[in-house]
Amino acid sequence: MGAISFDLAHLLAGSLVLMSFVMLYQDRLPSLINAFALQSALLAAAVAWQALAQRAPHLLVTAVIAVTLKAIIIPLVLRYLIRSLGIHRTIETVSGIGPTMLAGMVLVALSMGLMLRATEASNVIAREDIAFALSVVLLGLLIMVTRRNAVGQVIGFMSLENGLILAGTGAHGMPMVVEISVAFSVLIAFIVIGIFLFRIRERFDTVDVAALDRFRGERQ
Amino acid sequence: MMPPIDPALATLIVPACAALVLVIVPFSRLGGWINVLASFLTFVAALALLIVRPAAGALLAVDDLNIVFIVINTLVGFTTSVFSAGYIAHEVETGRLTPRYLRFYHAMFQFLMGSMNLALLTDITGLMWVAVEFATLTTVIMVSLYRTREALEAAWKYFILGSVGIALALFGTILVYMAAQPVVGDGLPAMTWGTLLANASRFDPALLNIAFAFLMLGYGTKAGLVPLHAWLPDAHAEGPTPISAVLSGLLLNVAIYAILRFKLLLAANPGAVAPGPLMMTMGLVSILFAGFMLYRRRDVKRFFAYSSIEHMGIIAFAFGLGGPLANFAGLLHMAMHSLTKSGIFFSIGHMTRIKGSQRIADITGLTSSHPLLGWIFVASVAAIAGLPPFGVFTSEFLVVSSAFAHKPLLAIVLVIGLLVSLGALFLRLNSLAFGEPTGSLAPSRMTHAPMILHLAIVLGAGIFLPAAIAAWFQHVARMLG
Repeated sequence: MGAISFDLAHLLAGSLVLMSFVMLYQDRLPSLINAFALQSALLAAAVAWQALAQRAPHLLVTAVIAVTLKAIIIPLVLRYLIRSLGIHRTIETVSGIGPTMLAGMVLVALSMGLMLRATEASNVIAREDIAFALSVVLLGLLIMVTRRNAVGQVIGFMSLENGLILAGTGAHGMPMVVEISVAFSVLIAFIVIGIFLFRIRERFDTVDVAALDRFRGERQ
Repeated sequence: MMPPIDPALATLIVPACAALVLVIVPFSRLGGWINVLASFLTFVAALALLIVRPAAGALLAVDDLNIVFIVINTLVGFTTSVFSAGYIAHEVETGRLTPRYLRFYHAMFQFLMGSMNLALLTDITGLMWVAVEFATLTTVIMVSLYRTREALEAAWKYFILGSVGIALALFGTILVYMAAQPVVGDGLPAMTWGTLLANASRFDPALLNIAFAFLMLGYGTKAGLVPLHAWLPDAHAEGPTPISAVLSGLLLNVAIYAILRFKLLLAANPGAVAPGPLMMTMGLVSILFAGFMLYRRRDVKRFFAYSSIEHMGIIAFAFGLGGPLANFAGLLHMAMHSLTKSGIFFSIGHMTRIKGSQRIADITGLTSSHPLLGWIFVASVAAIAGLPPFGVFTSEFLVVSSAFAHKPLLAIVLVIGLLVSLGALFLRLNSLAFGEPTGSLAPSRMTHAPMILHLAIVLGAGIFLPAAIAAWFQHVARMLG
């Protein structure tokens, strides 16, 4: 493994974590979507670089899926969606930006400490990748819990899936089956969510998930 | 004698073909019957697996562990399809559901059964994950079927929590691959159960530990273990009753099965931490939490959903305890709980149909207004509460006695949890089944056969567990370590 090859993989994976932080403090939906699209494009680059470094051309398919689906198509659809729902101007986060960023830093420190210690036996590039991937996964979770808005939560979830794909490609020679199925299930998940959003819109006239809390079967 | 096709493959192909046919057939009673027929054929194929064990293929492998689950899965799938045919037809007649929404109901049911069968039979960790994800997505759509405010909330909650759980499970699966890859080499062998288990002793224990934590969180969410259970009561209460039966009876089992598979890997590795304490803690917390929560429920489906959380807790506790006896009890409890709980949901389907309400306060005096239904329900609740002579008593007794033998302090907590929920069950049973009947007294026109069948099996297993089946369970229990 050459030094440049390693540095580049490191840089790309690290910038994915950086984009997760960027997403964390976006308080408007269009900019959140942009940040997600950029993260997906970076993911595609990271995966493509792994394909070259590992001499595993099939990973290029994953990269292409990431770039077309997650960096282009889904952001376009989401942008159309928020426009048609009339929520493209507002977004509210549950807690302030400061505490959220601090929590994010703690999560990254946690995943670094955990994964780097546990993977001492594995090769360097896999170790770095899996540690970064766990950071992206945990930050994705954090994005999900800090958004009240359904679209924001969905973006958090897809960012989480970006982390999973990074982990999958970092694991040397992981079979193709899984990657395609991951991409495929993201698509399906997205369709399901899309249906949901429309139904929620149809029933509640809002995509604010807080509106869902108004009714519980128990409180009659 | 060799059957013309591999029965393991048949348990996947039959639901797949049936789903395709049902997509084309417009919603009607015919669709319901095709569903029943396909489920029956799948059950027959699963039974054939007991006689002819096909050699492990590239993707599917039948062994002593999953064959138990596949038989239970297809049996309950078949009885649920019988119940579901009548239930859904009735929902359409009364106008609670329109055929437009139900266009793909039966197709989705078959798809769900096929996904669960795949999750149980597949030999590849990644494929199992994909199958569980498909099963989750299908049930999400089915939970949202009534399109009411509550149903949408339940489905959304289920979807978000289920996806997060499943994402964590995938991360765990990737970590297991990373642990295996230096030993086994690149590619598919590092994701195959057989190869993984044979080489597990040489995996990096630290990586395996972290992987199991993720898998336990991920699949534990699907199994509804506290504190990851938030989706479960809502999803059970707001979806159609046949889906509640399948969720409680089968999907939770599939999640536990996945945890068991990975637990085997940890057990085979001397350096890895014992997974037992984590499972026992989550199990006990689930039992206690659900036991106390039962007292506050006002909705009958929600009530029994909490009871499912409690029973998943018992199962997780039993497997966490480990040892041949506790594992045997855990397996038996999974089988018994599946049958009893789905039977209870069938009878709830009947009573909510008759009374037009899911509120416990609206359903009273069933034994005097509907003697057959009422007494079946009383017997089923007695069974789920763990009273003799039913099968659940046998398994709970074994869990408690082996807990006293190894961890007496934990056993006391366990017994307290069991008694708490026993009290809640009888408190509610008293008002549901006895007293003055209120509301509609119309007879139920749906069939009682599935409930009676389930109850008969559970009763039979409690009185006399055939030696062959007991030996089988014991063999699997030893395999689980």
